[in-house]
Amino acid sequence: MADAAALPTDLLPDKFAAWFEARGWSPRAHQLDMVAKAREGRDALLIAPTGGGKTLAGFLPSLIELAERPPANAPRGIHTLYISPLKALAVDVERNLMAPILQMSLPIVAESRTGDTGISRRQRQRVKPPDILLTTPEQLALFCAWEGARLYFESLSCVILDEIHTLHGSKRGDLLALDLARLQQFAPNLRRVGLSATVDDPDVIRRWMGFGRAADTHEQVALVRGPAGAPPIVDMLLSEGKVPWAGHTAKHAMDEVYETIKQARTALVFVNTRFQAEFAFQELWRLNEDNLPIALHHGSLAAEQRRKVEAAMARGELRAVVCTSTLDLGIDWGDVDLVIQLASPKGASRMVQRIGRANHRLDEPSRALFVPANRFEMLECQAAREAIAENRFDGEPTRIGALDVLAQHVMGCACSEPFDLLAFYDEITSAGPYRDLAWEDYEQVVDFVSTGGYALKTYDRFRRIVKTLDGRWSVRNAETAQRHRLNVGAIVSPAMLAVRISMGRGRAGRKIGEVEEGMLEMLDPGDTFVFAGQVWALVAVTGTEVLVSPATNRDPKMPSWGGSKFALSTFLAKRVRELMYDQEHWQVLPADVREWLEIQRDHSLIPPADDLLLETFPRGKRHFMVVYPFEGRLAHTTLAMLLTRRLERLGGAPLGFVCNDYALAIWALKPMDGLDFDELFAQDMLGDDLEAWLAESFMMKRAFKGCAIISGLIERRFPGHEKSGRQVTFSTDLIYDVLRRHQPDHLLLRCARQDAATGLIDVARLGQLLERISGRIRHSPLEHLSPFSVPILLEIGKERSPGDAAEMILAEAEEDLIAEAMS
Amino acid sequence: MSAIAEPYAFAASPCGGLRTRLNGAAVTLRPSGALWIEAARMLVVADLHLEKGSSYAMRGQMLPPYDTRDTLRRLQAEVVAAAPESVVLLGDTFHDRSSEDRLARDDAEGLRALGGLTRLVWVIGNHDADGPRRLPGEVADEIAVEGLILRHEPTPGRQDGEVAGHLHPCARVVASRGSVRRRCFVTDGARMVVPAFGAYAGGLSVRDAAFLGLFARPPLCGALGAGRVHAVGWRSVAGE
Repeated sequence: MADAAALPTDLLPDKFAAWFEARGWSPRAHQLDMVAKAREGRDALLIAPTGGGKTLAGFLPSLIELAERPPANAPRGIHTLYISPLKALAVDVERNLMAPILQMSLPIVAESRTGDTGISRRQRQRVKPPDILLTTPEQLALFCAWEGARLYFESLSCVILDEIHTLHGSKRGDLLALDLARLQQFAPNLRRVGLSATVDDPDVIRRWMGFGRAADTHEQVALVRGPAGAPPIVDMLLSEGKVPWAGHTAKHAMDEVYETIKQARTALVFVNTRFQAEFAFQELWRLNEDNLPIALHHGSLAAEQRRKVEAAMARGELRAVVCTSTLDLGIDWGDVDLVIQLASPKGASRMVQRIGRANHRLDEPSRALFVPANRFEMLECQAAREAIAENRFDGEPTRIGALDVLAQHVMGCACSEPFDLLAFYDEITSAGPYRDLAWEDYEQVVDFVSTGGYALKTYDRFRRIVKTLDGRWSVRNAETAQRHRLNVGAIVSPAMLAVRISMGRGRAGRKIGEVEEGMLEMLDPGDTFVFAGQVWALVAVTGTEVLVSPATNRDPKMPSWGGSKFALSTFLAKRVRELMYDQEHWQVLPADVREWLEIQRDHSLIPPADDLLLETFPRGKRHFMVVYPFEGRLAHTTLAMLLTRRLERLGGAPLGFVCNDYALAIWALKPMDGLDFDELFAQDMLGDDLEAWLAESFMMKRAFKGCAIISGLIERRFPGHEKSGRQVTFSTDLIYDVLRRHQPDHLLLRCARQDAATGLIDVARLGQLLERISGRIRHSPLEHLSPFSVPILLEIGKERSPGDAAEMILAEAEEDLIAEAMS
Repeated sequence: MSAIAEPYAFAASPCGGLRTRLNGAAVTLRPSGALWIEAARMLVVADLHLEKGSSYAMRGQMLPPYDTRDTLRRLQAEVVAAAPESVVLLGDTFHDRSSEDRLARDDAEGLRALGGLTRLVWVIGNHDADGPRRLPGEVADEIAVEGLILRHEPTPGRQDGEVAGHLHPCARVVASRGSVRRRCFVTDGARMVVPAFGAYAGGLSVRDAAFLGLFARPPLCGALGAGRVHAVGWRSVAGE
């Protein structure tokens, strides 16, 4: 942390110094440091906890520059561009920025622009740009695909990237980095400013946001650190004697959660999925005898309803909001004094973000409460608490820019103005994620953008971009450009269907929100489910609409299912394994969980942190093999697929498998004790076996669809296809099949393979696991199941039968299992 | 005797298809999606939509240009396997009116070769109302054979003996373990709608209103599986 006294005192103009003084503040060291870095013209990354005046620190240099510049006769271009990962955050920061601007009467116009901004305001912004524009990466991509983008941004002097740690490691981040490189061409003296919450490795972000190809790019980005802030107080609900064996809803703890909310001023209740949100909201209102104003906020709700909740929250009218990651980021709600995390946070960094939502004052610690939903989560929450106390976070690997995103960018730039092949390559490789882009790949991408990049050259006359007389590449015509602009962005969301109240005879009434198409796979007409805090019955699905009617049934068929979509971070998984092995450590855990660990230790074993426990035991007419890698459901599912293929070859005749975040179980008719487990888990399974399985898997098809949309191979909406997303799914599958048969090395198949391997099946994580456990498999042959195996065995059959009858069967089965495991 | 009154009777055929009677004529629903009319040794395929890929490419969506090739290869394989006297292309063989001009040379050659192996009959559809201009084969609005009427678009109301395409029938088949969506034949024993044969032809749910009123009783679906046609009852077919 820089010493405030060491900085020149003339950094702040009088007007600003007086403003700080009038508010009873003194400028913080990191705020002055950001002003100093701006004076030097340097790029800077500010890392500060929430509540540290981070946003103001980012804007202060721009406010000063704008306040000091002489009045102009002609309209000027944008001075500072602010990019936020969330629309709501851009709007919120716009509001906060108005305070200093109004209070100091600064001649500065600051405006936000998001997908929700009205058409007249958008048009005005184009003709008469504000001094400060607050927007999202998608809007920036759209700007860059405009004709006249160069002129619009030529006087840009600063770009502020807020919550940069959530942006950089994704396709969204790839696109943003490319757009930054573009802006730098328009305005060579552009300064880049990153604002980030605490991260494990700032250099990863500095490399991402830096400009140029040099190996030491990150050195060019000055690192400014804010004050550390008071360490957060994180408690864990112990629920003595009733921590469940399995499940993700934390239903057992709801009354304690409710009591905690009653004690707090305002609480944010974070969950990991929309269904958990709906479930928790229902449960809390069932208990809500005091009629506390408790609201619900998640991405499926209608935007209008979300705005209402946000506004009520800002006015301090709510006592609690149950929410998903939609509220992870920095919307400033000063009154929140408690963050409750229902079910495991899955990663320490995400949790710090969420905890940061409570209490935006630095000198007071934030308060948070973990509510583990099952026993393994109890271990996980404990590990996360300790990591947070030690200020240790999940590290992230450096990302290589995706080629489908590059294809979209190339098309966008060609829509804006013609590009020269060589100069454009230099521009692209000045963007962090594309620094190492090979010329061959670049050429392939340009060819793809132009003709689709096929070995069969029949599309040459239909080029989307064409070479102009001076040898530069330009979009074919205005219509092609216009269609591209409708498809900009690197977020591909699952097909969403509007949920509307049925007015009878297939007529649709008021819209209550949107659901992912996949959710409907599990429902038939007449089935009940929870949505937007109420129970509904499905009436019909028509095209892109889901018709529902209010249900009187208080026991919905589908209250929730499945676990978290986030995998446990590698870092946290290791800490959980260490905690399990370290018996001294168990005393922090409640008695029932301790007992569970002790019986596991005595009946089976608990291996050292780097070893892999493998149990085999008979149960009923089946023989089970259960392993506990703790690498997350994705990696486990891939591992299970590959293991069952191998077992089949070895004559093991596997019948089925099931996975959760902690373990996987495979069962067969014959005992599996005699197998050579080192052989079975040998690393070469990631070779041909993986490729053969992957090519046929639905995950490749899903990944291909994403790449096809992002790269512009297909449009988000097929022209002339008014149908739902289902139609598109069908079509991209057909395209995938044909392409794979006729040109298996096509660029998009490579992209899809890459995406499936990282995002959908977690091959890298699996590779690390296989390497770690090589020669370290600890086989524990058992007479009957172990305490650890109960949760995974309870998953069998659960996924496909969410009904009441199934719950009763499961409840019965659960008691039998537990009695057997603990005997 | 009305075919409607009989219970559905299907038998497996060695090719993985289903043998049944359609308005009295012995037919086989083949796993490729082609219909085989035994007595006439006639193979019927509908909705090839050749050059759909290049039709999109013309408008700037560069779908892989291999759809025509893919569709023709499957048709050639059927001709080799079944050795038909005639092949009926049941309409919408081309995706649009300029498709024939866009055919790659190899693909046009493939179609000509096919015309040398068997008698090609082009039933015209709504996408290709003109029929072929340079390619071999006869052109017809509809064909009467073995008590069946082959035409592109199904006629509303009761039409015993009609075999049509046009609708691209697809069924979402639901079982306890989940659901799958497949192209399918739809029949009530008196008439039939055959699936689209083209690689890029999309599908329309048989629960869609377009199928309403075509069948006198809940029809049966012959869903195309891997090397097999599965007879699926109406109750196992879900809406979309």
